[in-house]
Amino acid sequence: MNDGNSRQRLEGGARSRRDGRPGTAPALVRRPDGALRLRLDGDWLAGRLPVTVEQVVAELADGPAPRLVCVADTLERWDSGLLSLLARVREQCDRLDVIFDDSGLPAGVRRLLALAGNEAGQGGRPGERATLLERIGRSGIIAWRHLVEMTVFLGEATVACGRFLTGRARCRRSDLLVIMQECGFQALPIVSLISLLVGLILAFVGAVQLSLFGAQIYVASLVGIGIVRVMGAIMTGIIMAGRTGAAFAARIGTMQVNEEIDALVTLGIDPVEFLVLPRIVALAVMMPLLCLYADLMGIVGGMVVGVLMLDLNIMEYLEMTKKAVRLQDFWIGIFHSAVFGVLVALAGCHRGLRCGRSASAVGDATTSAVVTGIVSIIVATAVITVVCNMLGI
Amino acid sequence: MSGTTRPTGSPLIEVTGLTMAYGERVIQRDVTFTVNREDIFIIMGGSGCGKSTLLRHLVGLHRPAAGRVAYDGEDFWELPAGKRQRIMRRFGVLYQGGALWSSMTLAENVALPLEQYTDLVAGEIADLVSFKLTLVGLAGFEGFYPSEISGGMKKRAGLARAMALDPDILFFDEPSAGLDPITSRQLDDLILELRDSLGSTVVAVTHELASIFAIGNNSVFLDGEAGTMLASGDPRRLRDEAEVTVVRRFLTRGESDRPTGGATLQRGDG
Repeated sequence: MNDGNSRQRLEGGARSRRDGRPGTAPALVRRPDGALRLRLDGDWLAGRLPVTVEQVVAELADGPAPRLVCVADTLERWDSGLLSLLARVREQCDRLDVIFDDSGLPAGVRRLLALAGNEAGQGGRPGERATLLERIGRSGIIAWRHLVEMTVFLGEATVACGRFLTGRARCRRSDLLVIMQECGFQALPIVSLISLLVGLILAFVGAVQLSLFGAQIYVASLVGIGIVRVMGAIMTGIIMAGRTGAAFAARIGTMQVNEEIDALVTLGIDPVEFLVLPRIVALAVMMPLLCLYADLMGIVGGMVVGVLMLDLNIMEYLEMTKKAVRLQDFWIGIFHSAVFGVLVALAGCHRGLRCGRSASAVGDATTSAVVTGIVSIIVATAVITVVCNMLGI
Repeated sequence: MSGTTRPTGSPLIEVTGLTMAYGERVIQRDVTFTVNREDIFIIMGGSGCGKSTLLRHLVGLHRPAAGRVAYDGEDFWELPAGKRQRIMRRFGVLYQGGALWSSMTLAENVALPLEQYTDLVAGEIADLVSFKLTLVGLAGFEGFYPSEISGGMKKRAGLARAMALDPDILFFDEPSAGLDPITSRQLDDLILELRDSLGSTVVAVTHELASIFAIGNNSVFLDGEAGTMLASGDPRRLRDEAEVTVVRRFLTRGESDRPTGGATLQRGDG
């Protein structure tokens, strides 16, 4: 480096000190021997770097340069921005077979660059892009695996239920009772509210049409049959899917995250028996009871509309309901709700057990437990309705 | 509760040509080692190299992609499920975060294995539970829920639960992580005591060098970059004699070939 150059550099450094900007002299200069010189002058801070990697690459690509020399005599302040720039420049130099000469850099920069060099090329998956066909294939395989998993889970749950019925299942009775309380008694307020309102709505909708013919009294049979046969069960099912199914998934999913499930398995306790079974039993027992209660509240809701809006007599309304609703309708409703109970519990527990190992996975598990629960309730209703129709009941 | 009375030092766990993978991603391949009876066996290696994964394979939570894991000469995954569960009942596992069942009190946590696998009556179980909790320094905490105690206490309660059935083999996943030096030292002493008095075999994942040399008498070293094991044997011997530099560097905290000066982010001064 000649004297003129260094004087100019010094002046540049002085300027940069005054206005906080790098010197006006270009940071990248091609030396007579063909080497590129990267002059670090003044402040080199993240977000305010005078040179970008692209500029260096463009300069290197412009003409063959055997080496890139860094000069930092007048470097003032620097931070990670400079380091990441130099690391990337060094990477590019390696790629283009250019010697990266860092002997002019401050010792601290050199050491950190050396450290960064050690980390390079470690781990990480190659970011390859899959073709459309490959992605379709992959999702097909994943869907198949899910189906297999689900079938296995259903099988395990069935075996566990068998063991429960023969009294050989490993689960705690106190757990069962606590879950029953949580998903039965504690759900009463919301079930009351929702089924009362559904009864009311049914009665309203029916009243508008039926009063055209002066047949207001048939509101009682409409509400009675509608609620008892199917609506009571569906509404309880959906409430329980949102309330209890989600709780099951979140609870079991969190246990999965905390390795609590692993702790059960390594003790030789089957999580399906210990966690899933009591939940299935609890919901299968409590849902029919809740459903009966919902039937009652729905009829009360219909009666409120009948008495207050349609001027029907309470006794008259009840008498009509009694005439219209057969015992068989109750049984059908109860059957619906027992099926829903099992479905909601299965959906919740399955999603919980399949949960990944992070907080967001628990959220996903909860969401899909509710969705699966509600979808399977509706599908099951359709199937049962068609079967009932075929059997003529 | 050990059902076997084989001599000290005979092979208990034999791992042969084990390949571990999550789906298509292979974590480690060709891992082969033997854990002898009454060993304190250390699984070591850098972060993310698959130590915990190896432990999950050893306790039967994960099926190997290839190779075999055998207990007393019986290939674990060849056995029917019932027999597998019987082998697993001889394990006590201490998970990294304790993995206590959060809906149960500490006493109930420790009592569950006893309720499930012994014919003891409630009073006897309660006595045993108190004893085990005292052993780990948690006397009087029987009625606490896991969410009400600190991380270190959870870990010790987890140990009490792992010891509930006086297991043949105790597995530890990072026993001293998150413990202060004194507690960690006490835990080491407890592990040694368990081995000496109960004749348990201990398998521990750790990278706490002090612990490794204090308790370990056998080990395997996994390397994430090579994707396989690099060495196996007494950790003290590995430190002094290992042929592979990575192992020696690990066991000496890299001090054998440290570059000049500390590398901290420092500001240049012009």
